[in-house]
Amino acid sequence: MLEVAVISTLKVIVVVIVILTACAYATYVERKVVAFMQQRIGPLYAGPWGLLQPLADAIKLIFKEDIVPDRAERLTYGLAPMVSFIPAMLVFGVVPFSSSFTLFGYKISGVISDLNIAILWVFAVTSLGVYGTILAGWSSGSKYSLLGGLRASAQSISYELSYGLSIVGVIIMSGTLSMTELVGQQASILDWYIWRQPLGFLLYFTCAVAETNRAPFDLPEGESELVAGFHTEFSSMRFATFFVGEYAHMIAVGCVASTLFFGGWQGPLLPPVIWLTLKVFVFLFIFIWLRATLPRFRYDQLMQFGWKVLFPLAILNTMVTGLIVLW
Amino acid sequence: MTIREIWQALGDIVIRMPRGFLVTFKHMFKKPVTLDYPRKREPMWPRYRGLHFLERYEDGSERCVCCGLCAAACPADAIYMEPAENERGERYAKIYEINMIRCIFCGFCEEACPEEAIFLGREYEFANDNRNSFIYTKEQLLVPFPRKDNPFKRLFRRVRKVYGIPGAKR
Repeated sequence: MLEVAVISTLKVIVVVIVILTACAYATYVERKVVAFMQQRIGPLYAGPWGLLQPLADAIKLIFKEDIVPDRAERLTYGLAPMVSFIPAMLVFGVVPFSSSFTLFGYKISGVISDLNIAILWVFAVTSLGVYGTILAGWSSGSKYSLLGGLRASAQSISYELSYGLSIVGVIIMSGTLSMTELVGQQASILDWYIWRQPLGFLLYFTCAVAETNRAPFDLPEGESELVAGFHTEFSSMRFATFFVGEYAHMIAVGCVASTLFFGGWQGPLLPPVIWLTLKVFVFLFIFIWLRATLPRFRYDQLMQFGWKVLFPLAILNTMVTGLIVLW
Repeated sequence: MTIREIWQALGDIVIRMPRGFLVTFKHMFKKPVTLDYPRKREPMWPRYRGLHFLERYEDGSERCVCCGLCAAACPADAIYMEPAENERGERYAKIYEINMIRCIFCGFCEEACPEEAIFLGREYEFANDNRNSFIYTKEQLLVPFPRKDNPFKRLFRRVRKVYGIPGAKR
């Protein structure tokens, strides 16, 4: 029993450290890739090729003054960054990072908690993230923030349904909610669920972009019209927590998408963790690519898109998959 | 939604959207148009007109006799000077100030100067957070006396002034 506890704790610590570092470097990757796509150079000063830039950013943000507006709702204001950050981190508790391996004579499974309802957990928990945004917008005592929060809530209502429905196809086909089993079913590249659920994947990814508040669905923080939307009034580490939460969310979406549709850690030759990292990196790149390519959706366009395109398609996908499985 | 609209939407997804993504992807491999500025710089044009400087004679005495022609030529009225006489009875500028906020770096003062005393150098990084610091006094404008550049450069500068040949660095 003690053995299990120690191993689990160590796994949690390792995963949290790795994910936080990955979040920091995701900002670097984003800045570099967007810079290259806009024919700029990007960060260069801190370290070789600007590789220490995330560290410099972190130090700067820690030492910045923490300003709380007079009209802010203190408790909620303090809570909001954590509410948007913690759900993103909770996802990694059920993501299978690797096959089980033996280390110092102990058999270690590649997942922190092999929950049999892992996918339900993922979707339940990531949907909580939007409360962070809404609370932040509401508690700041600023009009811009309030509008950002309002947008976040309206947006979440319009994509959350299709977000949930988009993966129902995969669940029907696999007959399981456990992520380790899902990975187990996709041993070869031909078994990947992307081939059987291409529409499901597209829907999932579109909704995931909206879920993570990334461009082109970054309405809650639209700089051009809302200053910075829900985090206008946040400074210092509170602001940074929002950002780390967003990047953690992106990585989480990458992990879940590769587990559901791209075989998770399965892959030849290279160790499983490397395969998962590569797949997640590809998703990160696509996130950044989207941001560099597409302009922001208008408010009504998003509603129309969510209700008139995504939702019917998700229902259609679910129904067709169900019929095929039944026959 | 008509059938036609559905086809159009499909065309958007299959053809037009990937085309847009391809554009940004291609741009990733193009040469950046910006520079790693303080470390690398754009090559400067040979006749660039930057911060002024006042020349000296070989023995270190100032060339400027405070005739006021540069101030008269200045279209922005940026130059202020007050003359005085030294113990040998020679005129010199007691006060010589150029307001760099007013100055438009046209180089007319350089053209007007009969003593070949004022030149426009190649310095352009003199940003400041204080307006008063933009009024450059004579001490700031004069080249340091045990000069660092060689006589050839000085000759070149003078030739440039007379014949309009690309000049040398300060």
